Amino acid sequence: MGAKMVDFGGWDMPVNYGSQIDEHHQVRNDVGMFDVSHMRVVDMKGAGVRDFLRYLLANNVDKLTMPGKALYSTMLLENGGVIDDLIVYFMSEEWFRIVVNAGTANKDIAWMKQQAAKHAPKLDIADHPELAMVAVQGPNARAKVWDALPGSRELTEKLAPFSAAEMGVMFIARTGYTGEDGFEIMIPAKAAPMFWATLAEKGVKPIGLGARDTLRLEAGMNLYGQDMDETINPLEAGLAWTVDLKSPRDFIGKAALLANPPERKLAGLLLLDRGVLRGHQKVVTAHGEGEITSGSFSPTLEKSIALARVPKNVQVGDAVQVEIRDKLLNAKVVKYPFARNGKGLI
Amino acid sequence: MSNPSNLKYTASHEWVKTEADGTITIGITQHAQELLGDMVFVEAPAPGRKLKAREECAVVESVKAAADVYAPVSGVVTEANSELDGTPEAINSDPYGAWIFKMKPDNAADVAALLDAKAYQAVVDSEAH
Repeated sequence: MGAKMVDFGGWDMPVNYGSQIDEHHQVRNDVGMFDVSHMRVVDMKGAGVRDFLRYLLANNVDKLTMPGKALYSTMLLENGGVIDDLIVYFMSEEWFRIVVNAGTANKDIAWMKQQAAKHAPKLDIADHPELAMVAVQGPNARAKVWDALPGSRELTEKLAPFSAAEMGVMFIARTGYTGEDGFEIMIPAKAAPMFWATLAEKGVKPIGLGARDTLRLEAGMNLYGQDMDETINPLEAGLAWTVDLKSPRDFIGKAALLANPPERKLAGLLLLDRGVLRGHQKVVTAHGEGEITSGSFSPTLEKSIALARVPKNVQVGDAVQVEIRDKLLNAKVVKYPFARNGKGLI
Repeated sequence: MSNPSNLKYTASHEWVKTEADGTITIGITQHAQELLGDMVFVEAPAPGRKLKAREECAVVESVKAAADVYAPVSGVVTEANSELDGTPEAINSDPYGAWIFKMKPDNAADVAALLDAKAYQAVVDSEAH
């Protein structure tokens, strides 16, 4: 396939198959597919699973009332640091499915089991490394999947965004990491190559990790390990919208979040001078220094963009500077997402 | 694409062309552009700048990474290719045409001592393993 491979948390992953920029536009304007089998599926089954997740996760699973509905959440340490970000699907009162990041999967599962031992010892927690995952994303993604998978249209045409349906051994979710419509499909690893080949026959092009990163950055989606980790709480990582502090329920990390109001926040940056914003570059603002957490060239905007952790008083519209190779370049604080649904938003 | 035999090369993936007037033209190789992928930014050294051999003097950035370009020999920068400001992708489509800067070398013998195409190919092959 002509893919450039890279080691990603022990997985050999394709960075790009051809031009990374072409792959990016392919997804924004048409459809592309990603092998994201490194993501790990964890099923929690048994009575009381909702009560346990209400305590385990920073977002509130009580928002999930319709079977198949999904919720994005962080899972926190007692001190509020982010163990991982994840998607949890409510399938029934006896079964919730969670999808976690590859690099954190083993520690996530260890943490879940450790907490369950204390609070829900009868729960069955099992991960499924035998499940592959293919993300098909772009404005034409759903139509291509329907074409490739007979019977899937009837089942998923009315599926609302951020919901999932089972189809035999497959699990089809209308979710993604690109800011475009599409599906993430979990399928037994043995059947995945055939499914991939069928999609390829229908004209769906493979997309590498490189474009996956620029697509998610344009869409304003965090990447664990870059935009947040165990030393950062979700309120300082642009994820306050995923933390439910209003309901009376307790959850792990809640006390720490309430006791420590955020001093920093995540902001979007647009570079005005020529250059490319990258992670770890220093940001100079009128309110103190910050640091870029994710930066790249935006193929949609044809400008460089970044997410940066900055002092909390920095506002959209502020002029800031970014230090690149000992020079201070001009940038502007902008509202993000930067691009979604085929269009630049800046 | 093979490496043109009329050029000299460095182990850090620059190509060097000796012009009729004794100045040299510098760019990055096919192998380098392929490793970096889609180029989005080029920063060339200012004319008049004195460079030592192997000094970092230019930067090429693709979507995925930034890479330094090194002076192949000691000398003075005579020209920078400002056309690349608007079309950095020319390095991808035509790496041996899209030059980055020109220098007047201090010593022509330094240029003669650089790698030839065959020796450079050996460097590329050794990196693949």
